[in-house]
Amino acid sequence: MQDQPTPSEVIGAVAQFLKTVVAAETTGATSFQARVAANALEMMRRQLDLAPAEDAKELERLKTLLGADGTLLDLNAELARRIEAGTLDLNTPGLTDHLWDTTLAKLAVDQPTYAAYRATLAKRAPPEPPKET
Amino acid sequence: MTASGKVRMTTDPAKVEGPGDLQAGLQTLAGRLAPGGRIKDLRRLTAGATQEVWRFELIEGAAETSLILRRAPGGTRVSETAIGLEVEALLLEAAGAKGVPVPAVRHVLTPDDGLGHGFIMSFVEGETLGGRIVRSEALAPARTFLARQCGEVLARVHTMEPNDFPMLRRLTPAELIAQYHEVYRVSAWPRPVFDLAFRWLHAHCPPAPERMRLVHGDFRNGNLMIGPDGVRAVLDWEIAHVGDPMEDLGWICTNAWRFGMVDLPVGGFGQREDLWAGYEAAGGAPVQRDHAHWWEVYGSMRWGVMCAGMTASFRGADPSVERAVIARRTSENEIDLLRLLAA
Repeated sequence: MQDQPTPSEVIGAVAQFLKTVVAAETTGATSFQARVAANALEMMRRQLDLAPAEDAKELERLKTLLGADGTLLDLNAELARRIEAGTLDLNTPGLTDHLWDTTLAKLAVDQPTYAAYRATLAKRAPPEPPKET
Repeated sequence: MTASGKVRMTTDPAKVEGPGDLQAGLQTLAGRLAPGGRIKDLRRLTAGATQEVWRFELIEGAAETSLILRRAPGGTRVSETAIGLEVEALLLEAAGAKGVPVPAVRHVLTPDDGLGHGFIMSFVEGETLGGRIVRSEALAPARTFLARQCGEVLARVHTMEPNDFPMLRRLTPAELIAQYHEVYRVSAWPRPVFDLAFRWLHAHCPPAPERMRLVHGDFRNGNLMIGPDGVRAVLDWEIAHVGDPMEDLGWICTNAWRFGMVDLPVGGFGQREDLWAGYEAAGGAPVQRDHAHWWEVYGSMRWGVMCAGMTASFRGADPSVERAVIARRTSENEIDLLRLLAA
C-alpha cells in the first residue's frame, strides 16, 4: 500500500501552484503555458478520480452489446469494426445510449466546461419535481 | 497545420535562424521596401508549428507603417504538405483582386534577402481571437451582420480562378473523406463515434461538384480579422485547395469554432440562414441545405481527426503540454458528432 497524500491530491496542489504562483508571477508565453500546464494537471486529476468507475461501467456495457469478453481496448476496437462494417448501427438496442454515456464520461475528464457538454447535461437532467402548493 | 495534424519538416541548405539575423536582414530589406527606409520594434506574434509571424514598423521619412512577416519556422523549415508561403502570397493577391478583404502583400522573400521563405504584408488592425469576437461589447453591432457578410466574402473567394493555381490539390468530397478516414485508421486507436460518423459521411456524401472552386479551406472564426465594421481581412490561406465550395460554408458552422456560443452556428455569432442569404445574394451558387449539413458533420469529423493526430505529434516532433492538451480535445468533436447524428 502506497502512502498518503494521494496522487490526485498532490497533482491538484501542483496545479494550484502553477496557476496561483507561476502563472501570476510571470508574463507572456511563460504565464500562458503555466496556465495550460495547470489545466493539463487538473485534467489528469479528474481522470484519476473518475476513470476507474466509468471504465468499469463502459466495459460491462461493451460486453453486453457485443456478447464478447476482452479488455476495454479490445472491445472498443471490436465495436469500432462492427460499426464500420454496418453490423451495428443506431437502431441496435443500447448502442446510442452506450455511445452517449461513454462520450459524456470522456468530456467529464477532458473538458467539463465545454458548452455542448453543458447543454447536453442540462437537457438530460431529470426535471425538477413539481413544487407542492 | 496539415490535414493529418502532423507536421513534417525538411530543412533546406540556406541556414537562417535567430532574431538577430532576422533584424539585420529586415534592416537591409527596408531600404528596398522604401527609399531610405529602416525598421524598428521587431517582435514575434506567434510561434506556430508551420509558420512564424512577426510584426515590425517600417519607417519611411516621417511615416511609420506596421508590417507583418510570415515566415517558415527558422526561415527554412518547410512543411511538406502546406501549400508554401510563396503560393499563399499569390493567393492573397488574387483574392484581393476579387474584392476579398485581405492584407496587401508588400514583398515576397527571395533567396537574395537571406531570410528564408516567407512574405511581408500590411498589418490589419482588429480582433482575431474567437472568444473575444463572440463576446466583446465593442463588436456587438458587428455580430448582427457578420454571418451575412461572411457569406458575401465567401461568394467572392469562390470566384477566384482555380486554373491560376495548378499547384493546389484538387479534392472531391469523397476523396476528402477517404483521406481523413485513412488518417483515422493509421492512428490505430478505436473511436466508435468516429466510425459512426465515417459510415454516415460515406453514405450521404455529396457528388463531385459541377464546378470545382478555389476553397479557402480554413475559413472560420479565429482566421478572420474582425473590427466594428465587420470582416477586415481573411487570413491563413495555407490549406487552400480546389474542391466543393460548400466546404467553406460548412467549416465556419462547425461547433469547434463557435467558442461556446452553441446556438449561434456561424462562428458563434450568427445564423446559417444569414450566411446562406449573403452567399447567394453576392452571386454564390444556391446552397443545398442537406449538403451544408453534411459539411458541418464533415467539419467536426475533420477537426476531431486533426486533434487525435496531435497524440502522434506530441510523442514525436512536439512534446509540448499544449500539444497534449489539443489531443485531448478530440472528445469535444465526439460529442459534437453525436449531437449532429444521434441527438
